[in-house]
Amino acid sequence: MHDGAGMNETSNAPRAAAPARRFAYRHRLPTRLWHWINALVVFVMLMSGLMIFNAHPHLYWGQYGANFDHPWLSFRGRPIPGWATIPSTYNLAAARRWHLAFAWLLCLGLLMFLAASLINGHARRDLTPRSEELLPQHVWQDVIDHARLRFPKGDAALRYNVLQKLSYVSVIFVLLPLMVLSGFAMSPAMDAAWPWLLFLFAGRQSARSIHFICAMALLAFIIVHLLMVVLAGPANEIRSMITGWFRVPQEKARN
Amino acid sequence: MISRRRFVAASSSGLLLTGCDRLTNNAQFRGVLRHAEKLTMASQRLVSSRDALAREYHEADISPIFRSNGTAMPAGDDYARHAAEGFSNWRLAVDGLVATPLSIPMHILRSLPYRTQITRHDCVEGWSAIGKWHGVQLSRILDRAGLSSKAKFIVFHCADKIGGKPYYESIDLVDAFHPQTILAWGMNGHLLPVKNGAPIRLRVERQLGYKQAKYIQRIEAIDSLDRAYGGKGGYWEDNADYEWYAGV
Repeated sequence: MHDGAGMNETSNAPRAAAPARRFAYRHRLPTRLWHWINALVVFVMLMSGLMIFNAHPHLYWGQYGANFDHPWLSFRGRPIPGWATIPSTYNLAAARRWHLAFAWLLCLGLLMFLAASLINGHARRDLTPRSEELLPQHVWQDVIDHARLRFPKGDAALRYNVLQKLSYVSVIFVLLPLMVLSGFAMSPAMDAAWPWLLFLFAGRQSARSIHFICAMALLAFIIVHLLMVVLAGPANEIRSMITGWFRVPQEKARN
Repeated sequence: MISRRRFVAASSSGLLLTGCDRLTNNAQFRGVLRHAEKLTMASQRLVSSRDALAREYHEADISPIFRSNGTAMPAGDDYARHAAEGFSNWRLAVDGLVATPLSIPMHILRSLPYRTQITRHDCVEGWSAIGKWHGVQLSRILDRAGLSSKAKFIVFHCADKIGGKPYYESIDLVDAFHPQTILAWGMNGHLLPVKNGAPIRLRVERQLGYKQAKYIQRIEAIDSLDRAYGGKGGYWEDNADYEWYAGV
């Protein structure tokens, strides 16, 4: 979970009898900024997007798709309840204004984070799984550790485990870029400007379906992410995402 | 503990939503969101060449049924009479900031050189339909009328009303002179059906469906959107706060 070099560790002066509380600098400023911007932006995008979905809750594959065609997913009425949409009542114009304004923050934030993490080595050093981590038995062990809620202690807690790496890599380098590009592909002006968008997604209605599927995958990621934060110790996790400093969990075997 | 957490979650989501709804109704915040529309338009124009063409499809891609949306039959005796006459007495007026105002009979309009294009219609709600359109390029009509150098927008006055208010739309000169911007009088090899906007509808292929004005009676060149109806450049723009620039 560290994207800093993890080298700037400090130890508090040991107090009488109490074990030393060790802190490590785990999240650099670009990560922390982007994280909190996204915490806001992604929620607005999901909720305004769900309001837009309510306007035509049917999804199709291909270039075209409307009421007389064959959807692969279809709901009656307005399926998404008001507590999950922005605005909370049906208002397509307002939802689009929210969505298309916050889309700018999502795009620019993603672009800047991608650039920063490729330049400063974060992507290569902290996010890319090492080849031995991708061995099936290692991945399986990590799945078991997660299932047993056995979280890494000591120095191991300063590195992302392989499941974390894989999920962060897929969100940052696959899911979010797909969200943005499939969003572009729904814009008639962008389709004229960049005709390859329609070829990439095999049609505007396919792009709309992929946009929705990616949004649901992102929602699933957020739910699991929040769950893991709660299970791993929310105070420490949230502090480290605000200040950058993470209290390293003690290994019980010592002391 | 669970119930407290659930209470906290429910009330914070309630607060969040109330906050978002308040922001939606706040004029200043809406103003901020509105800037995004200008930014989007400027950026899309920046990455797009002026004449970048919307994708044109093959016959096989045409939607089996092209959904009719908005008005399917304009109210009133006048329109009904024109429809009964096969629109033989319909005339298209071209006026405003032009050197020579025109009144073009339908048979003349249909005899002008025309363009055929199979394009996709994207509704703001999310659905798409593909149709084949036949019509004269708007640029040809504007050139014939002699557009004044003061003209900045082209307004399309329509024969239909929604909720008692006349439908209209407007585009700027970049879209007005785009090669795929046509006044369509035919669809899928036939004269335009009433439900799809007979006798004339606009096709402005780089924007959403509500810009594709149907039942066009009059085209007016103006220098400012303030001069037409509610001032926001279109029926939906005036009455439902849709974006005037509908490229996205």
